[in-house]
Amino acid sequence: MSHNKSEISEQTVLMIAVRDNQDREAFGALFDHFAPRLKGFIMRTGCSAPQAEEIVQDVMLTVWRKASMFDPHRAQVSAWIYQIARNRHIDIVRKESRPVPEELAEDPGAEPDASQILAVEQEAGKLKAALSSLRPEQRDMIEKAYLGELTHQEISDQTGLPLGTIKSRIRLGLERLRHELKGLRE
Amino acid sequence: MTAITHHIPDDILAAYAAGSLPHHYAVAVASHVSLCTQCRASLEAHQTMGGALLETTEAVAVSGNMKADLLAQLDAPAKPEPVYSRRGIYPGPVVAALKGQGPAWKSLGMGVRQSILSQDKHGSVRLLYIPGGQAVPDHGHNGLEMTLVLQGSFSDETGRFGVGDIEIANEDLEHTPIADPGDPCICLAATDAPLRFNALVPRLLQPLFRI
Repeated sequence: MSHNKSEISEQTVLMIAVRDNQDREAFGALFDHFAPRLKGFIMRTGCSAPQAEEIVQDVMLTVWRKASMFDPHRAQVSAWIYQIARNRHIDIVRKESRPVPEELAEDPGAEPDASQILAVEQEAGKLKAALSSLRPEQRDMIEKAYLGELTHQEISDQTGLPLGTIKSRIRLGLERLRHELKGLRE
Repeated sequence: MTAITHHIPDDILAAYAAGSLPHHYAVAVASHVSLCTQCRASLEAHQTMGGALLETTEAVAVSGNMKADLLAQLDAPAKPEPVYSRRGIYPGPVVAALKGQGPAWKSLGMGVRQSILSQDKHGSVRLLYIPGGQAVPDHGHNGLEMTLVLQGSFSDETGRFGVGDIEIANEDLEHTPIADPGDPCICLAATDAPLRFNALVPRLLQPLFRI
């Protein structure tokens, strides 16, 4: 079950192999894991299956090409791919280029800090657990919000409803992330 | 540079991560996040949330040939995307909106200038240049208005806004921002209203004329 709790997750290891060695086998394994999830996720916005596959193809190609930007000290693979998926989805559907923040690059040659990577993964694991404890309609609402199906006003009106546990989780994660980001800036 | 004290509320960051924020506001949010560690961390927390949803969503099998097709594309040369980095006081997303050029300032009178980055029927995002001590002209917003300070500072009834601070005002806020004395204040303003700068009357005179 959770025998590898003290080890870095398989996906992070695969993504680092893609980033550092352009490892195709690792990329193929990431595809096997993420492509069906991405397809399901994107289809929940009402996309047809072929359209969703077109976006998945684009997202995975972006993952390969932008691998150098992946920083496991700040983001889980799934979080990083989530943002790429939202950006590419919008760029393709709206045919406009989404404004994105300046990238923060890791110090070249910086040694990976396993405990920091693990901390990020544990935080995300707790989030996932919190998600699984939601009632289906609560999860549905959150999914709608993070799939861009709600306006920010609607998201704001929803707060306090299903977001309780998750918001406190985010806040906890925030403290850690803030610390990490400060380290990057200095 | 003083610390950033005015940030982006969580619901707006979530909407930005999800891509449901209209383009003009997204330029302002991406610009603030480029300058603000705290909001970047919050945004990344929302991305973690999105990732957790992606991980736990119901998977749908992909077509059999998709993986092979994709692997065959990995070596194809990618057309290079322009990367716009910070230039002087302008964060990357502003430089991107300017397509790498400098701002095209147009005078609005009284020393005030603007440079429109984009506008359509849903709103606009522009740079404003306000001499020290001068009132910020009325942006004519109907709903949400975001003002990000890039140089100098301004103050209104709600407080003082320095470099990196973002003021998020809804239509209920009756405020009169005035650039603080000193350097001209340059800010990025995103609104959901079409431009209404044709007959500019400085805000300070508005009560007199009841406009």
